[in-house]
Amino acid sequence: MAQHTLTFPITDPQEILQLRAGDEVTVQGHIIGIRDRTQIRIFDEGVPPPMDLGGAFLLHTAPNVRKLGPGRYEKICIGTTTSARMVRFTEPLGAQYGVRAICGKGGFPDEAIEPMQRLGMVYFAIVGGAAALETTQIEEIEEVAWEELMPECLWKFRVKDFGPLIVGIDAHGGSVYREVQAAARVKLEELYARL
Amino acid sequence: MSTVATDIQGAVADAAAHLYVWALKDIPQDLRDALAAARDRETSVPGKRVLEIIHRNIEVAERENNLVCQDTGIAVYTCRVGEHFPLHPANIYKALRDGTERATIEHPLRSNAVHTITRQNTGANIGYRLPIVHWEFISDWDGLDVKCVPKGSGSENMSFLKMCVPADGVNGIKRFVLESIVGAGGKPCPPGIVGIGIGGSADYALYLAKEAITRPVGTRNPDPVVAQLEEELYGLLNETGIGPMGLGGDVTVLQCHIEHADTHMTLNPVAVNYQCWAARRASVHIAADGGATFDRDF
Ligand code: SF4
Repeated sequence: MAQHTLTFPITDPQEILQLRAGDEVTVQGHIIGIRDRTQIRIFDEGVPPPMDLGGAFLLHTAPNVRKLGPGRYEKICIGTTTSARMVRFTEPLGAQYGVRAICGKGGFPDEAIEPMQRLGMVYFAIVGGAAALETTQIEEIEEVAWEELMPECLWKFRVKDFGPLIVGIDAHGGSVYREVQAAARVKLEELYARL
Repeated sequence: MSTVATDIQGAVADAAAHLYVWALKDIPQDLRDALAAARDRETSVPGKRVLEIIHRNIEVAERENNLVCQDTGIAVYTCRVGEHFPLHPANIYKALRDGTERATIEHPLRSNAVHTITRQNTGANIGYRLPIVHWEFISDWDGLDVKCVPKGSGSENMSFLKMCVPADGVNGIKRFVLESIVGAGGKPCPPGIVGIGIGGSADYALYLAKEAITRPVGTRNPDPVVAQLEEELYGLLNETGIGPMGLGGDVTVLQCHIEHADTHMTLNPVAVNYQCWAARRASVHIAADGGATFDRDF
C-alpha cells in the first residue's frame, strides 16, 4: 500500500494514474464542495457551474457554516456525505468538466468503475462522520457560488494535509468496494448454509 | 449537571436545546469504549486506519468543542411522561420543538429539514411533524425523561423492512438482516449499531428497530430468547468482512440490538434501522418542579 501527496487541481493526468485502489493519499491545495442539489442543477437543469472544475477534486459535502458577510462564510463543521446517491454524475463530471477526483464516504457502486477508468478519474474514501478532524484540515472557505442552495452550494476550500484518504476506485478498473462485496457475497452463502 | 426552573415549559425547551448540542458534540462513554475495543481487535490495514481516525476525530471534537459529525440529523426524541408530570404532552412537544429550533439558530447548526416534495428548507431543523417524538406514558410518576437522538441520513437511508411469513421462521429474519447489512456496505458509516425490530406490525417493527438503536451499546434484550438472537446476529454480521467504512475488515458492526413485540399468527415482520458509529444520544430527567438532571442512561 503506497502513500502519496497530491496537490489539486492537478495538471498532469499521470498523477492520477499512479494511484492504485487501497493506496493512502494526503491532499493539498484547493478542493470543491458539491452535493445532490448542486449536481442536479448542473446536469438535470443544465446550468453550467460558475467555477472551473478542470483537474478538480470534488468533495461530497454540505457544511455547517457561519455567515460573515455577502458571500463570506466561516467554517463551523465540515464533513462528508454518502457518495452512492450521486454516482450517476460521475461520467459527465469527468467528460464535460475534466474533474479528476471525487471524494466521499461509503464508496461508489460498480457503475463508476468504467467511466473512471476511461476518463482517468479516482474515487477517494474518507472516514464518514469524522468531521471535527476534517474541519481542522480545511484552512479557509475561499469562494461560494449558488448560495440559494444553502447548504448544497458550490464551495471552494483551501486545504492543508487533507486526509488520509484511501483510494477506493482507481483509474485502472480497480475497486476496493467491488472486492469487498464479492467476498461478502461468498461469505453470505456460507453463513446461510450454517443457519 | 442539574438546573432548577420555575417555568416548566421553558425548562423542557432549555433541556432540549442543551441535549441536541450536547449529543452532537460529546458521544457517550459506552460508545467510546465499544469503538476503542473495535480499534484494538481490527486487523485489516484500512479498517484499523479508519478506526484510528474515528478515535482522533472524537478527541478533536472534544478539544475544539466542535460537532463530532457534520450531519446534525433529524432530532428524534423519546419521552417517558409520568402521569402526574405537570406539563401536557402537547406542550412538551412545543417545548422540544422550540428547543431544537433555538439550538439550531444559536449554535448555529446546519439545518437539514426540507418539505418532502418541494425540497425547500422548512426552518431551523423543524418543520411539519419535525422534530419526531416517540411517547411512552408511566403510571404513578410525576417525572419526565427525554432522550435526544440526532439521526443522520447516511445511516437512516439504510433502513429495511421485510414482511417475512411464519414459514420463513427465525432463519428468515437472520437472512434478511445479513443481506441488508452486506447490501448497505460502507454507506451508513460502519461500524455501527444494527437496530432490529421484530413482530408487531409493519410500522411497529420499524419503530422498534429505531428504539433498538437508542439503547446503550451492548445492552441486551431482557427476554433471553431475543438476547440470544442478538448475540448470534452480532457474531454473524462481523463475519461478513464488510469492515469499517466498507473497506473490508473484521469489525462490521459494534453491536446488534433487537426490540420485539408479539404479533399476529400469520405475521413475521422484520425491520432494520442502522445507526452509524457516531451513535449520538443524550438524555435528561426533568422533575415535577422543572429541575433537570442530565445523564445518559436510558
Ligand atoms: S452516517 Fe452518521 S457518522 Fe456518517 S455522516 Fe451520517 S451522521 Fe455522520
